[in-house]
Amino acid sequence: MMATHKTKVHKEKTTRAVVFLNGLYMGFHENGDELVKEVIAKRRTGELTSNLNISYQPSTGEIHINTSGGRIRRPYIVVKNGKPLLTKEHIEKLKSNELAWNDLLAKGIIENLDAEEEGSLSLIAMTEDELTPGHTHLEIDNSSITGVVVSTFPYSDHNSSPRLTMASSMTKQSLGLYSVNFNYRQDSRGHVQFYPQAPLVQTSSYKALNFDKRPAGQNFVVAVMSYYGYNMSDALVINKNSIDRALGRSVFYKTYETEERRYPGGQKDKLMAPTPNIVGYREEELYKNLDEDGIILPEVSIKPRDVLIGKVSPPRFMEEVATFGITEEKRRENSVTAKGGDYGIVDSVMLSESLAGNKLVKVKLRSLKVPELGDKFASRHGQKGVLGYLCPQEDLPFTASGIVPDLMVNPHAIPSRTTAGHIIEMLGGKVGCMSGRNINGTMFSGEKEEDLRAELKKYGFEETGEEILYDGITGAKLKAKIFIGVIYYQRLHHLVSNKIHVRSRGPVQLLTHQPTEGKAREGGLRFGEMERDCLIGYGASQVIKERLLEQSDKTVALVCANCGSLGVHDYVKRRDYCPVCKGTRMERIEMSYAFKLLLDEIKSLGIFPRLKLGEKGK
Amino acid sequence: MVKKLIDSGEAVGIVAAQSLGEPGTQMTMRTFHYAGVAEQVPTGLPRLIELVDARREPAQPLTDIYLIPRYVKDKKKNEEVAIALEHVSLSDVCTVTENFVRKELRIKVDLKFAQSKGITVKNIISMLRLQLDKIGKIKSKRDQILLHVDTTYAKLRKITLKVKAVSLKGVKGLNRATVVHSEKTGEYFIRAGGFNMHDVKKVDDLDYGRLYSNNVREIEKHFGIEAARNAMLKEIKQVMDLQGLLVDVRHLMLISDAMCARGSVEPVGRHGLSGRKSSVLARAAFEETVKHLVNASIEGQEDPLNGVTENIIIGQTVKLGTGKVRLVMR
Repeated sequence: MMATHKTKVHKEKTTRAVVFLNGLYMGFHENGDELVKEVIAKRRTGELTSNLNISYQPSTGEIHINTSGGRIRRPYIVVKNGKPLLTKEHIEKLKSNELAWNDLLAKGIIENLDAEEEGSLSLIAMTEDELTPGHTHLEIDNSSITGVVVSTFPYSDHNSSPRLTMASSMTKQSLGLYSVNFNYRQDSRGHVQFYPQAPLVQTSSYKALNFDKRPAGQNFVVAVMSYYGYNMSDALVINKNSIDRALGRSVFYKTYETEERRYPGGQKDKLMAPTPNIVGYREEELYKNLDEDGIILPEVSIKPRDVLIGKVSPPRFMEEVATFGITEEKRRENSVTAKGGDYGIVDSVMLSESLAGNKLVKVKLRSLKVPELGDKFASRHGQKGVLGYLCPQEDLPFTASGIVPDLMVNPHAIPSRTTAGHIIEMLGGKVGCMSGRNINGTMFSGEKEEDLRAELKKYGFEETGEEILYDGITGAKLKAKIFIGVIYYQRLHHLVSNKIHVRSRGPVQLLTHQPTEGKAREGGLRFGEMERDCLIGYGASQVIKERLLEQSDKTVALVCANCGSLGVHDYVKRRDYCPVCKGTRMERIEMSYAFKLLLDEIKSLGIFPRLKLGEKGK
Repeated sequence: MVKKLIDSGEAVGIVAAQSLGEPGTQMTMRTFHYAGVAEQVPTGLPRLIELVDARREPAQPLTDIYLIPRYVKDKKKNEEVAIALEHVSLSDVCTVTENFVRKELRIKVDLKFAQSKGITVKNIISMLRLQLDKIGKIKSKRDQILLHVDTTYAKLRKITLKVKAVSLKGVKGLNRATVVHSEKTGEYFIRAGGFNMHDVKKVDDLDYGRLYSNNVREIEKHFGIEAARNAMLKEIKQVMDLQGLLVDVRHLMLISDAMCARGSVEPVGRHGLSGRKSSVLARAAFEETVKHLVNASIEGQEDPLNGVTENIIIGQTVKLGTGKVRLVMR
């Protein structure tokens, strides 16, 4: 009797299930398995939304049905009795455009699973050969383990995963043709590359995504060799003549905008070239290219601080209410000027209306960005580097057939990072060049390395991809054979010309009197605590004083010799005095403004700090 | 020797801190990579932090006990002492259940296990008598001991805890005593987990002069500050050596000296070295700014501006290195 009772409890546990909908408790169902079957069948026939996913954990007896947003889902081919529902006929119809993806979804041939359903109710086969009656789904392609970006990388099955992660984040920074109507767009920042190329080595998803219509990179002839010291530590040596032939060249667009704003009290901005009577008028030179409407003319060359849009605004604070009716209002200069480092040519000027109905002006600046020392390049294998030397072509090594590399990458970049895909893409690129076709480098299913090598041999190259190179300077044979091939390289948007920044003197902060921070504010580089420690460790006390006082926030404060508090200078009576003890014996003491602030803060705590003065140098 | 002396005005403290801190940053990366490996004694950064914080008790306290020279190479004697040292409490060999109705405690002895530790039921009863002051009737039957307690229920629980904690044998605080053989010297010594020098001292045949623990505070308590300073040095050096990091001992010596300079082991940080700097401004610049400023104002303290931090704050040259020397007019 005991035994039957026990089995009864057990049976109840496995079949009876608690049902949750989008995380909320809904109730019980007598037979969990049955409910799951029914829900999935209804989803496939379209009776329930295809956005629904269900999961069932017999161990906890919980059924979770989710229809909410934010779940990551992935498509699979539905399998019934060990046979995929997607047949050859479907594929033919897809090719002839009789069927579309959504039709397959609607027919329940393909369905999207979220993580929970995949984990609890599904058995997924990677290939068709693996299928057993127990399988519920079939993977569409085994390269779908990666995301959109990585799926476009060739031979990524030969690379380590951290490199793929890095490569995919760098690909997002690459310059190319981001939009075809870039000439009509007013993006706040945009790069467009000259002559972008589709890669020689592609993947099936690269084509499916139509990336070859908007490429972001170029095929470089790359030699894996060192070139004097110029490509140490991931630096790159690039052929100067290739750059002159527009390799990696791009144009950078930047848009400045402003609008004629209305203010409470009926006042309004006015777009116009400011006149000298306006408060804050700059040098005349800066306004000279403004048109009658106060906006700059297209195709004018611009340097930093040049005024792009002349604007005059009402004063910030209401001052002197007019006593005799209408007095002329003092107006304030509020023009839009080119920021530090922005050299270029005015590409276009757009006049429009803002959402609030105000007059809106956008000025687009264009500047040519020829690759220069320090610009960043990367292949699609996480191999990034900065330009270290622009080498004249005559100094570069060449092959017997006269090929000169566009780029030389240091061999030390490869082994420790295990990016074999980089090497194989170079081989593939070489084959692609010779055969005049694109190489399929799809992960797991692309053209095999051995086949590439065999084909290379057919074209009269060594199957290793190595060639004998001749020194461009001496003409002598290089002692080692050099691996040389063609690989897709991307220029990344970290350009030196947009980042370069220097300061000798410049603006200081209002509160601390210390130099400002950041490029936009023409700031300095922080001499921090650890840098200070190094100077102390070195014993260079005069250098510390210079860095932290003279070149920072030095001030001269009046200190009362009697009571030790800070004093003031009375400009009317032309004398110094102490507001605390009314003493007049004041000393001018050099100190950091930060210390003066500290004294003020201490006073605000209700503590009276006194400075005891001593003889200088003692 | 005079030639090798450090020059006056050399910033030895900063250099020592940098010399220990730089490899310390490298250790962060390395030690946390050993995650998952069963750790015996913490080394690397966690141990280093433990040391400079001068914790009262390390995460893995150890005591090393050497026997007097006569027995130091005698493995058997060492093992005997080790077994005698290892602490066994009642709850290690017995399970205690409370009977609130009869107001008695039933102590069931794991006879096999107890025997391996050399403990009999009789031992247990005598230790109970010895260590509990008020005690009721004790009845025993083979592996069971019945202890009658005539108190309230609440007190019964308290007594249970006391009974469980009754120590049957060995030195309190020491567990897992093992005999270790030193390849280099051919000597044997006993390494025990935990520390309790006060009681270990009383053990016969032990070489008191070689008694050692990785608990620096314990050494300070029993051997004084000089020994603590040496132990601190030894422990820090051991951490660095184990990681294969080369740091000149003199930096470590300076740090150990600084931590022990005030007569007791003080941590580096708010409650120790930095918190006891003589300058108000230097302390306020570190941590708990307002606390230091307010306290200084209550006492009317004066800052003579002799340190480095203070002078940087107010914008003077620091009295160090090139700022140490002055020209005097005649």
